[in-house]
Amino acid sequence: MKGWKRPGLLAAAAMVASLASLSPTTASAEKVLRVIPHADLKVLDPIWTTAYISRNHAYLIYDTLFAMDENFEPQPQMVDTWEASDDGLEWTFTLRDGLKFHDGAPVTSEDVIASLKRWGAKDGMGQQLMAAMDEMVAVDDKTFQFKLNVPFGLVLESIGKISSNVPFIMPARIAATSPDEQIEEQIGSGPFKFEPDQWVPGSTVVYTKNQDSVPRDEPPSAAAGGKVAKVDKVIWTYFPDQTTAMNALMAGEIDYFEQPSTDLMPILSTAPGVVTEINDPIGNIGFARFNHLLPPFDDVAVRRAALMAMKQDDYMAGAIGDPQFWKTCYSVYPCGTPFASEAGADLIKTGSVEAAAEALKATSYDGTPVVIMQPTDVPVLSAFSLITAEKLRNAGFKVELQAMDWSTLVSRRAKREPVSEGGWNLFHTWWIGADVVDPLANAFSGNPEKGWFGWASDEELEKLRSDFALATSPEDKKAIAEKVQEQLWGIAASGELGQFFVPVAYRDNVKGLIKSPVQFFWNLSVE
Amino acid sequence: MLGYIAKRILATIPVMIIVAVFVFLMLRLAPGDPAAVIAGDYATAEDVERIREQLGLNEPIPVQLLQWIGQLAQGDLGQSIFSKKPVLELIGQRIEPTLLLALTTIVFSVLVAVPLGTIAAWRAGSLIDRGVMLFSVGGFSVPVFVLGYILIYVLAMQLKIMPVQGYKSPFTDGIGLFFYHITLPTLTLSVIFIALIARMTRASVIEVLEEDYIRTARAKGQSEFKILLRHALRNAAVPVVTVIGIGIALLIGGVVVTESVYNIPGLGRLVLDAVLARDYPIIQGLILFFSFIYIMINLLIDLSYTLFDPRIRY
Amino acid sequence: MAATRPAPSDPAALSADSVLSERKQLSTWQLLLRNRSVLWGSLLLLIMVVIAAIGPLFTVGPSEQNVISRLKPPSAEWWFGTDYLGRDLFARVIHGARISLVVGLAVAVVATAIGLLTGLIAGYVRTLDAVVMRVMDGLMAIPAILLAIAMISISGATLSTVIIAITIPEVPRVVRLVRSVVLTVREEPYVEAAIAAGTRLPLILYRHILPNTIAPLIVQATYICGAAMLTESILGFLGAGIPPEIPSWGNIMAEGRTYFQLTPWIIFYPGIALALTVLAVNIVGDGLRDTLDPRIARKLRT
Repeated sequence: MKGWKRPGLLAAAAMVASLASLSPTTASAEKVLRVIPHADLKVLDPIWTTAYISRNHAYLIYDTLFAMDENFEPQPQMVDTWEASDDGLEWTFTLRDGLKFHDGAPVTSEDVIASLKRWGAKDGMGQQLMAAMDEMVAVDDKTFQFKLNVPFGLVLESIGKISSNVPFIMPARIAATSPDEQIEEQIGSGPFKFEPDQWVPGSTVVYTKNQDSVPRDEPPSAAAGGKVAKVDKVIWTYFPDQTTAMNALMAGEIDYFEQPSTDLMPILSTAPGVVTEINDPIGNIGFARFNHLLPPFDDVAVRRAALMAMKQDDYMAGAIGDPQFWKTCYSVYPCGTPFASEAGADLIKTGSVEAAAEALKATSYDGTPVVIMQPTDVPVLSAFSLITAEKLRNAGFKVELQAMDWSTLVSRRAKREPVSEGGWNLFHTWWIGADVVDPLANAFSGNPEKGWFGWASDEELEKLRSDFALATSPEDKKAIAEKVQEQLWGIAASGELGQFFVPVAYRDNVKGLIKSPVQFFWNLSVE
Repeated sequence: MLGYIAKRILATIPVMIIVAVFVFLMLRLAPGDPAAVIAGDYATAEDVERIREQLGLNEPIPVQLLQWIGQLAQGDLGQSIFSKKPVLELIGQRIEPTLLLALTTIVFSVLVAVPLGTIAAWRAGSLIDRGVMLFSVGGFSVPVFVLGYILIYVLAMQLKIMPVQGYKSPFTDGIGLFFYHITLPTLTLSVIFIALIARMTRASVIEVLEEDYIRTARAKGQSEFKILLRHALRNAAVPVVTVIGIGIALLIGGVVVTESVYNIPGLGRLVLDAVLARDYPIIQGLILFFSFIYIMINLLIDLSYTLFDPRIRY
Repeated sequence: MAATRPAPSDPAALSADSVLSERKQLSTWQLLLRNRSVLWGSLLLLIMVVIAAIGPLFTVGPSEQNVISRLKPPSAEWWFGTDYLGRDLFARVIHGARISLVVGLAVAVVATAIGLLTGLIAGYVRTLDAVVMRVMDGLMAIPAILLAIAMISISGATLSTVIIAITIPEVPRVVRLVRSVVLTVREEPYVEAAIAAGTRLPLILYRHILPNTIAPLIVQATYICGAAMLTESILGFLGAGIPPEIPSWGNIMAEGRTYFQLTPWIIFYPGIALALTVLAVNIVGDGLRDTLDPRIARKLRT
């Protein structure tokens, strides 16, 4: 049962299942899907935070105007019809009929505009869209317009963005909340409703089926297509301990385990009644991030020497394990996505401590210790840190590994000060592939003022990235994306540690899993 | 007596204040930053700064301390930085599993440990005694989580007679399911407690058995069972109850681990998650709450001495 | 020996009797060695100390990674198998002995030293007594594990912060013990006589009070040592222990717990090592207590 399912089959199965549910003989017993989510849901506002768990929560209860399908193309979701003027400056959208929020109010253009404004104030891509936007106009209850000041190449891609922050549509009164404050009510038009009274932070979240939702007719394809709730209730129970979580699934106390550690897979994949598969076809990309402001990594030659030591196979084998869950990937965009290439990748393919040692000798490296922040509560990143430390040491670096928890790391990485004042030289993280599919990703910024932690500084890179945003033809986009990549490897902005896939595991009576970089809970049924 | 109780209760106030200030200062001198955690992986330094400002974390520490103490005085523990739920409500949601787990552990431990300790004392130096002592030393020597894993592996995964994890409420899920799910966590947590109480019982009963009045009772031909039950145990009760009071702190530590191993949605995990996320109000509130419980239980135990030992009078 | 004794729960009970003469002390040591379990405990402990001291000289590096041979079961090449980075578990357990023993010993010594000093002051200087004891009550009321986790997450995990974080919650118990001994002893006629004779305070503390606290302190210190090693492993389990770079038994188990059902040896070997060492420490502690506490010693003698 392991491996890939063909989406066509899946869709057919889904349709059969939905037909079956119409028959009057179906039992009235409540169907519950018991899920172990990948993290504890701490924050309910998907605009206020970029946390993936909050995004997944929001996908259950909110809907989006457009949505990315499995080919990374934006498809209409709440929108029925749309058109763009020839000059690309005026876009007109009409909402589908019958869309209603959980409180019974119809979804209107006003709600859409308020929601987009709040998202556009917060999200990177949203900010770019808003910068190109003169105004958003509500033509009538169901029709709205974007009036742009420049032709923006990524209108549908932005409002159909699949990962954080996703432009979810909320009622205007809720979307009126300042983007810097959390919303206080969870009302959407999505396939499930959030049950605030049953939410126990740190443990349980309960969603019930939204009887009034109007799904599209198309079969589901990633975030696009019909969002049909096939269970009456989805219950998330957070497990802090992986072993306990695995045992609960094997004992049938849980139906669905979102992100089991790959090291549990040998047990799970042979357990009776348990199905394991890779749900997200593009997976995650491991990164080693240099601090470009501080020595020794303020010197591009030293960064390049360090990159040469980072052999992807070692990181992947050590931190992920079983080779069916990882592959090497020498593209800054995840392998398997449209812009992926190996342009300029010779350097990072080196993978040799000896070569790195050689290269380091030629630099002005003076033995300044490299401070690596090691998040001990995130096993994969903790392992990455240990591996980097060992490699850099063998290459001739002086390394100081500092153990801390993730929350200390995320606050310390914001510090630009020297190491003696709480600064740092290197940390590891991963990006989910869907977040780094194009040059606009914040991870690729070359602007030291506004860019991502590590503060790479490169004007050429920034120019290429803004060219990309304005490029309209697919060929131009592809060409610019390659140049961005060459530039990124050239300045050794970050180390790339490989592409890895997070499996899901579930009981064999769960059907209808949608292949996607994001975990969705519609279309899943329990038989 | 009443005056004494009032005095004891009043005496707990400065202790609570010390705990409060200590915990507050410890957290605020921390490098971790809840704002950075909230902001998420994409956030820029400006985002983090904005959230800090909004959460009031940029106020000077003395100001924050005074604000918090002011809240406390009104019985308000504040609200979670993340979920925005009041800390008291979060405690309310989580207290049942923790409380009941602590209770089953104490009851089970006493039921097992007191007879064990008494028998060991009665036959001090015998094989039984050595067995009990070895168990009680061993109980102190195995980490709780290792014990938990072993129990799950054997009883739940191999023999399949126990559930792996979870908690069922006796009020909503039924008393049968409750006991079915609480048995393994209770066993896990009890081992160290049984060890502790059995040792103390043994030591105290040995002590009492030396006393003259026991000799008198024996000389009068009373049965050994009666002697143990009526004289020895009754007089050994004070130290045993004391050790249970001291053990509460140990129990709370064990609960944190046990709740993680068995996925019980209790207070222990709440505080652990809060520490990792730097959810200051929850950490502060919970440590204060645990300290309060500890102080109150020990106060009750002190007061209960009159019950067990008629010689103690206030 | 005196006929009247304080209540058995009072730690001072020990001290009143431990004003031992030279001759009695000799018999105490003989008695201690005659206690067979103590002998075994000490022997086990000695072996562990020797392993910790010289063992690392004979193993490969505990941090040497070899991801190709990760998670290998015990074999002739890797006696205890390998972990998820292909590091030799045997080498790690041997090196871990050093760290775990250092943690246990350091915590015991530091906690006892701070506790002794604070307790002497609290017991002797009446004006400070109330303040010190309220602070100690406060510290005791905070669950030790939570306090340690919070302190480590906050100050950053290093060997010394972990030792400090485990030490602090242990201090109040020592302080209470020492203080109660001081309070008992200072009522003794010979101490009152010394005070009346104008003997200076440091001298009184040194000559009369300190000797009486030694016996119960040694017993207390052994228990702290055992408990500290366990706490270290629990902190590791909860993700707030010694930095993973340094192999300690707690760390090795914490890193291996994901693999518990797949590769149980990763938890098994350090677990056994830890349990045996703590057991040995506790047995020695029990033996010391039984021997130094004449009430129980008398029972054993008969």
